[in-house]
Amino acid sequence: MGFRPLSEPKALNKVCSIADIIERLSSGMTIGIGGWATRRKPMALVRALLRSDITDLTLVAPYGGPDVGMLAAAGKVKKLVFAFVSMDHIPIEPHFKNARQAGLPVLELDEGMAHWMLRAAAMKLPFLPTRVGLGTSVVDQPDFKMITSPYEDGEALLAAPALKLDAALIHVHRSDEKGNVLVFSPDPFFDELISRAAAKVYVTSEKIVTTRDLDLPVNARFNLFERSVVAAVAEAPFGAHPTSAAPDYELDLAHLRTYAASADAPEAWAAYRQTYVAIEPDAYLAAIGGADAIRALPKAIY
Amino acid sequence: MSQPPYSLAELIIFAAARAWRNDGELLATGITPLPRLAASFAKTQYNSALMITDGENWFVEDPVPPGPRAADLRIVTEGWAPYARTFDNLWSGKRHAMVAPVQLDRFGQANISVIGDHNKPKAALLGARGFPGNSIHHPNSFFFPVHNSRALVAGEVDFVCMAGYNPARWPGGRMPGKIDLRLIVTNLCVMDFSGPNNAVRLVSLHPGVSFEEVQDNTGFAVVRSEGAIPITPPPDATALAEITRLDPNNVRATILKGDPPGDRRAS
Repeated sequence: MGFRPLSEPKALNKVCSIADIIERLSSGMTIGIGGWATRRKPMALVRALLRSDITDLTLVAPYGGPDVGMLAAAGKVKKLVFAFVSMDHIPIEPHFKNARQAGLPVLELDEGMAHWMLRAAAMKLPFLPTRVGLGTSVVDQPDFKMITSPYEDGEALLAAPALKLDAALIHVHRSDEKGNVLVFSPDPFFDELISRAAAKVYVTSEKIVTTRDLDLPVNARFNLFERSVVAAVAEAPFGAHPTSAAPDYELDLAHLRTYAASADAPEAWAAYRQTYVAIEPDAYLAAIGGADAIRALPKAIY
Repeated sequence: MSQPPYSLAELIIFAAARAWRNDGELLATGITPLPRLAASFAKTQYNSALMITDGENWFVEDPVPPGPRAADLRIVTEGWAPYARTFDNLWSGKRHAMVAPVQLDRFGQANISVIGDHNKPKAALLGARGFPGNSIHHPNSFFFPVHNSRALVAGEVDFVCMAGYNPARWPGGRMPGKIDLRLIVTNLCVMDFSGPNNAVRLVSLHPGVSFEEVQDNTGFAVVRSEGAIPITPPPDATALAEITRLDPNNVRATILKGDPPGDRRAS
């Protein structure tokens, strides 16, 4: 007589909706966001956060773009941890600028230092030593302490503290139901580090496909991490818009300009929110001109 | 051969290109179009070992022109340049960036974060970006399209994003990493950090500019060497042809207000 399990094992399935992901987030959390400036930002999730009651977030967006601007403009951010906020072709993010000039509390990092702090969290270390930041105003912020090398060099180094996240939000090109993800864009940025620094990782994916259709191992180099990193995944076609998810689609510069202009006055921002945020994800695609228009956007030049 | 007319932007590209002349094999990064064109010029005319990128994700064999790309432009990629690699490379020291900060002080400390108080800035700019790490790992040069005392400031910059030659900010007075500041190229002159204790020294004046004009527009004392001050060498016909080839969209004409001539004596 062979082995018989007590019950049939349930197939692993992490697929849920954007609304389900928002249900799992709460006020006061420290939330990290992947992507870079105008590239592969999980904007469908950001818009869903704007529609929710969630607030008082410590937002960790080392490489910030309209994600930071929108959350700050909506008053969701208690403290921002960042190295820059920009929309590349629109160098200064105007909503971020408004929030900052109104006194939004920040911890300002160097871009590379941010890796170290995320990596420390990923390795469950309290800090990692670095020279980055020394000699600058960055280390004058109260969040930092120094350490002396115990080796012969005796060098004074910055003890860059672990940047532990309650949740990370990232946007990918493909995922299966189990959370095996692929990022096809030419630069994966630091989504892996942001994810490994987080207790829970919530993913939106352009498409959810069968494991077989991920076409591994051919696509192995686009596979960000092992699936146990992922808590849940929601399908979100054009979920990075108005940022890019190249090669599927490029950034929407005209929309980014519309969004930027909405920082000029509270009424303009209210109108932007009414038109593009206070609607369900399904209605968003029609509001921005439809799938064909987004697929036809020209390749961005940096 | 007579000197053909040249714009101030072309003079700046030609002068700034010398920053990478003797660098050997490293990544040449020029932030904003004129430094980028200068890095391109350095690559094709002075130092073919330089590595350059397309401004996004790829190392390229030949410079990619700024602005729109012609349909028949063939870009030969020679390597992958994701941001992770950018940082790994810069920590090795094999990069020389020419950046365009908002403020620079007499120590070579640079700012792109805020104007005013960091807690509640008068103007919020980009944020420190990678400036802190850049400044202590690899050589850096600077470009200022408008040389005045709001850019080249008295005292210290409002938020020090790039470490400079300021021992008061170094832990225990010991230089962190390796601070190696090279050229400052502006619309008035070329300067470097070869004065006493790395003070900013005038290297050359653009044609028609006086030392007094430079000093009056600088918030700190500029060191003047003994003897006559050299004039920034102008690009000759060959150099101008190469600059035109590298910049077919004439982006260089859009950077400085009114696209002024390089030789102010002529106007």
